Amino acid sequence: MTRIETTQPARRGQPGRPRGAGAVGWAVFGVLGEVLMTLGVLIGLFVVWQLWWTDVAAGQEQAQAVADLRWEEPVTAPAPVERTDEPPVLEEPEELTTFATLQVPRWGEDYVQPITQGVGQDVLDHLGVGHYPGTAMPGGVGNHAVAAHRVTYGKPFNRVAELELGDPLVVRTEGTWYVYRVTSTEIVLPHQVEVIAPVPGEPGAAPVDRRMTLTTCHPMFSAEERFIVHAELDHWMPVADGTPAALDGGA
Amino acid sequence: MYGWLWRALPGPTPVRALLAVVLVLGVVAACFTWVFPAIAPLMPFNDITVD
Repeated sequence: MTRIETTQPARRGQPGRPRGAGAVGWAVFGVLGEVLMTLGVLIGLFVVWQLWWTDVAAGQEQAQAVADLRWEEPVTAPAPVERTDEPPVLEEPEELTTFATLQVPRWGEDYVQPITQGVGQDVLDHLGVGHYPGTAMPGGVGNHAVAAHRVTYGKPFNRVAELELGDPLVVRTEGTWYVYRVTSTEIVLPHQVEVIAPVPGEPGAAPVDRRMTLTTCHPMFSAEERFIVHAELDHWMPVADGTPAALDGGA
Repeated sequence: MYGWLWRALPGPTPVRALLAVVLVLGVVAACFTWVFPAIAPLMPFNDITVD
């Protein structure tokens, strides 16, 4: 392209050149435009941070929390006895203490998440799965209720809607495996705390069963409702005895 | 605003460009580290518990 017919002045808007009120008006417009564009870019950056970076950062923290437990690798015994008698139940630990892991074969063989005491942002936005204080501990009579993000922050419960009735949820404390099986799922409003009652749906009723409940957001990217998964203890076994068949490709 | 910033940066054009990139990265890092974590709880899509 040969465009030499017009020679532009080298610089536009040289400082110090006197201009009228109209020019000042345009300058204000220009700054306003730049501020708005900057805001747009910052909002875009926030979306990148929320949808991508929180997963990266929290995912690392969650993997680290599992590694930091330094528990012994479970032994793989041929046919560990699936016990249904009274299981050992831990005392509730202090807030922010990671006391168990959760494995869900439906969500992949490699899926392992730490379970940490508390459901504040310091737990859920960093360590993943949080245990509602005051609800039963793993294996206990009542309702072992836990919450986790379904999107962002490592999204531990991202695939919650894929769970089917009978799917195992395997909780491990240092010495014990607890194998729960999904009994029902439901979608409720955020204030329906009866889903984590000792007998789900019947607050005040005395529990006899050993249940577990997962809560997460629904629909995805919204806090309008909650997706709830109820499960019931199927069996337990000491970690020293072997690994549950549910984690070994079996059902 | 950005025109003023560009003129305020010292040095020849490559140095100014480098400084501008450093400034942008600094702002992004500050947002990721402090600003966004601080405003995320105010967003209406991060609640997952029943209460």
